[in-house]
Amino acid sequence: MDEKKTPVLQTKHLGITFGGLRAVNDFNMEIYKGELVGLIGPNGAGKTTTLHTISGLLHASSGEILMDDKNLQKVPANKIIELGLAQVPEGRHVFAQMTVLENLYMGAYILKDKAKIKENIELVYSHFPRLKERSNQLAGTLSGGEQQMLATGRALMTNPKILLMDEPSMGLSPLLVSEIFSIIQEPHRDGITILLVEQNAKMALSVANRAYVLENGKISMSGDAKTLLSDSRVKKAYLGA
Amino acid sequence: MVGGYTLFFTIPLMMKIGLPGWLAVILAIIVCSCVGMLMELLAYRPVRKKGTNLTALITAIAMSFVLENLAQAIPAIGPDPRVPYTLFSKTVTIGKVSISSATFITILVVVIVSFLAAGILAALLGLIVGIPALRLKGDYLAIITLGFGMIIVNLINNIPFCGQQGLGRGVASSSLYANGLGLSNDDKMKYMWIGVVTVIICMIIMFMFVRSKYGRIIRAIRDNEIAASASGINVSFYKVLTFAFTNGSILNSVFIVVMVVIGGMGSLTGSVVAAIGMFILNYIIKNGAWVNALPGFLKSMFTYPMLVYSIALIIVIMFRPHGIMGTKEFALCDIPK
Repeated sequence: MDEKKTPVLQTKHLGITFGGLRAVNDFNMEIYKGELVGLIGPNGAGKTTTLHTISGLLHASSGEILMDDKNLQKVPANKIIELGLAQVPEGRHVFAQMTVLENLYMGAYILKDKAKIKENIELVYSHFPRLKERSNQLAGTLSGGEQQMLATGRALMTNPKILLMDEPSMGLSPLLVSEIFSIIQEPHRDGITILLVEQNAKMALSVANRAYVLENGKISMSGDAKTLLSDSRVKKAYLGA
Repeated sequence: MVGGYTLFFTIPLMMKIGLPGWLAVILAIIVCSCVGMLMELLAYRPVRKKGTNLTALITAIAMSFVLENLAQAIPAIGPDPRVPYTLFSKTVTIGKVSISSATFITILVVVIVSFLAAGILAALLGLIVGIPALRLKGDYLAIITLGFGMIIVNLINNIPFCGQQGLGRGVASSSLYANGLGLSNDDKMKYMWIGVVTVIICMIIMFMFVRSKYGRIIRAIRDNEIAASASGINVSFYKVLTFAFTNGSILNSVFIVVMVVIGGMGSLTGSVVAAIGMFILNYIIKNGAWVNALPGFLKSMFTYPMLVYSIALIIVIMFRPHGIMGTKEFALCDIPK
């Protein structure tokens, strides 16, 4: 439900130069509280670059990134997480040598309150019971889908306002798509705002409220997800119709 | 791994200052850490922002070379590591009251100045190397690294004010080990107990590190840097900090890496075991009479300890890539939580 107030996350005329190339150009996006917004497009379109810039790992060369009207660009990457923005990185990236439980503890790195940390761990376990079963297992031995749950759970440990999910289905079997679907739905049901970057356009559009289509660093289409799903251009380019 | 570094660092450092004062050791460590951090900020940051981690590595190696050799160039310190003692005796003749403090301060000041000068020079050099090096990758990068290092070493050695004893022998530490520190046997025994105590203190500190929050963070960064920064850890800050603690010369660095790999990269006690083993080996090679008994060709091989270590390293990697202790810890310490 769109609320007519400040967007949780907003980019204004965002431009990013990466590796000597203008990766993203004049990118305007608003995400309102509680929404699940998809960012789809072909490989190399600039989706992950955009996410990395929002979370502070890369620097934008022009434009603004605002979270609740606060300029994120001055904030160093490790402080952005304290502001309530958590990222589930592309390729999952769990601490392979640590157990599931230890991974979740690491996710709570910025939290000082031990009771709160325990509470959040229980919350993550309620979302992903399979993680609870494997809490003493080394993260490196989990299946791809379970690692995705763990990476998402770790991001949730900080009670984020907004979750950036970078290609959660990447590298996973297409048969597991419904599993990824439900992983994304869990935090969404709790009311957490989500920006979902996905190559699997069909899955992204079926789970999102709205979406933006990024092609060659520019937005080519945007709007309601269901509308885009039936749009002929989208169908031709991304849905194999 | 960090532990292995810290352990080895204090020993040659202590020798360099060459004084029995506890204060000297601690102060020297602090100074070097600060200088290390300074170098990191001045030289590495700009290079790292522009280039890859590899460029940072080149800068590190180049700086180590320059540092080592510049320190040698300052007359009071090198090239002959015995010079501090001569200074010592000179002040005795002049008849200063507080002998140790006078010499200590002189040497410390010189060390600081030389470090700073070297640091700045190295920073500049690092940038000069770093920027063209950005265009290269992989093997070519490594070649340029070594080449540049060699160039600097030879340049400095041939500049007149560097002692003749410097020559191709090069780095202070290797001649330190070669001469057995130039101390008489009595002095050696006296200083030995300092070494032992320092080692014990280092080990205690290391264990505390590994179990502490700092240790866990470093292990997390090592495990998966992206996951670490996604968890809110300021990776750059901890890298700087760790670098400051583990500052060392190129020859030392190679030494250290060899020791860590042989001992096992995951294991604290492994590093210690390997360090002890290598020191013993070193001593035996230098002084063991049995070396002379070997056939001519083998004997000449033993005059180059680095060669022996390299061979040991290759053997270890071939047959036991995890090192002697692998990732296991000594039974007394439970797995660090």
